[in-house]
Amino acid sequence: MAHSTAGVITLTVNGEKHTLPVDHRTTLLDALRERLDLTGTKKGCDLGQCGACTVLLDGRRAVSCLQLAVAAEGREITTIEGVSDGERLHPVQQAFLDLDGYQCGYCTPGQICSAIAVIEEHAAGWPSAATADVRPEAGPPPLTADEIRERMSGNLCRCGAYVSIVQAVAQAADAEGAA
Amino acid sequence: MREFGYQRVFDVPDALAFGADPEARYLGGGTNLVDLMKTGVDRPALLVDVRELPLDRIEATDSGGLRIGATVTNSDLAAHPEVRRRYPALAQAVLAGASGQLRNMATVGGNLLQRTRCGYFTDSSQPCNKRIPGSGCPAIKGEHRNHAILGASEHCVAVHPSDMSVALAAFDAVVHYETADGPGELPLAEFYLPVGDTPHLETALPSGALITGITLPPAPVAADSRYRKVRERASYAFAIGSVAAALDVRDGAVREVRLAFGAVASRPWRAREAERVLTGGPATPHAFADAADTELAAAEVLPHNRYKVALVRNLVVAMLTELAEEAAR
Repeated sequence: MAHSTAGVITLTVNGEKHTLPVDHRTTLLDALRERLDLTGTKKGCDLGQCGACTVLLDGRRAVSCLQLAVAAEGREITTIEGVSDGERLHPVQQAFLDLDGYQCGYCTPGQICSAIAVIEEHAAGWPSAATADVRPEAGPPPLTADEIRERMSGNLCRCGAYVSIVQAVAQAADAEGAA
Repeated sequence: MREFGYQRVFDVPDALAFGADPEARYLGGGTNLVDLMKTGVDRPALLVDVRELPLDRIEATDSGGLRIGATVTNSDLAAHPEVRRRYPALAQAVLAGASGQLRNMATVGGNLLQRTRCGYFTDSSQPCNKRIPGSGCPAIKGEHRNHAILGASEHCVAVHPSDMSVALAAFDAVVHYETADGPGELPLAEFYLPVGDTPHLETALPSGALITGITLPPAPVAADSRYRKVRERASYAFAIGSVAAALDVRDGAVREVRLAFGAVASRPWRAREAERVLTGGPATPHAFADAADTELAAAEVLPHNRYKVALVRNLVVAMLTELAEEAAR
């Protein structure tokens, strides 16, 4: 049976609907960058190994290079362009600025999208591989530097800005916890 | 990448109808399949997107186990309170795999079916008996540092990459599936086929079958379980060896023990010989080492993966010793 290999899809990105024809092979990453001119999301390895292309899908972080655009139809997509409140930066963005959580900046949009989700996952009580006791009775683990490093391990930084990134995530988590 | 059709499905009969095409693949999170399509290792003509099937629940079974739907994400599996309470090694195994982003995308069904990361399998310019039957296995004389020490053959020495499956093997999980002819189930011990001379045949699932979920039988011993993974960096890497272990000790004797090894074979390796020699005997580091040696006596090493024997042995001794000490407190 011959299958149609392209179609017209509607993507909801940062609250806006965009209708576009796509070849089914188009990844969400390429649709965002090449078709919707949302170039904040970066292409690093294009194989799900570096995290530069991290976006939020229905509020959860995902790598957009392994997400087919056609399969993202109907989901709320948030990119780095959509995380601030107008001109007011997201607390994670502000913390990366305050603490120099980057050098060249290429991995930064992915780092920030990932960190936003890390703080939410931690607040929801999710354990990580750095959590000594995952049983619910043990309670939620404190968001230590070890926890942040483990939870952010899917975002590589070739400049090696990790020390500042860990501090920025901790500061943003504190700011949101206090808010 | 080859061009392909895309069909999103919302119920199992529709999924099976589209999945009957031998060139179709079920698409879950796509974290492995899309990767393999980009590199030309897999070339489906149709993707049947199963993410919106009503198979995304984790429920207690009447017997006191858990039923886990096939489209439950790795993240939701690892965060679930009953998984963490009753089968902590399973939560730990899932958390030890991939990254937060990938765990949000990946599904339980896809995790079971993920393909080996053997460098010859994932490089479509190389021979590989798993990818092109009869083309040869360059790993045996080539790069095999992270290849199998148990249950391999002269045709393939690749390892299964899943952490989750190692814990599932320890806890006697059962895989449930649907076909056009009705439902079926396979104990995890029979789900992955022996390598033999057919490394391209990986599971006992009938053609076109759709995994619908997994059941975990009740296992009180699993409440005192853990998963430990050794890899070449601290996080976000595949295992070079891992162990899922559970232990029930009374008065210094082993009442029940579960052991499964990862990254040592083409499937999660349930260490039944080690369990057999331990059960009823003393819970001492010496006995744990003897049990590991008994299991690993069957190991067939290659020049560069010999280290795995000691690695797994040491993991077994350390983990069972810790579990025994905690039980004594």
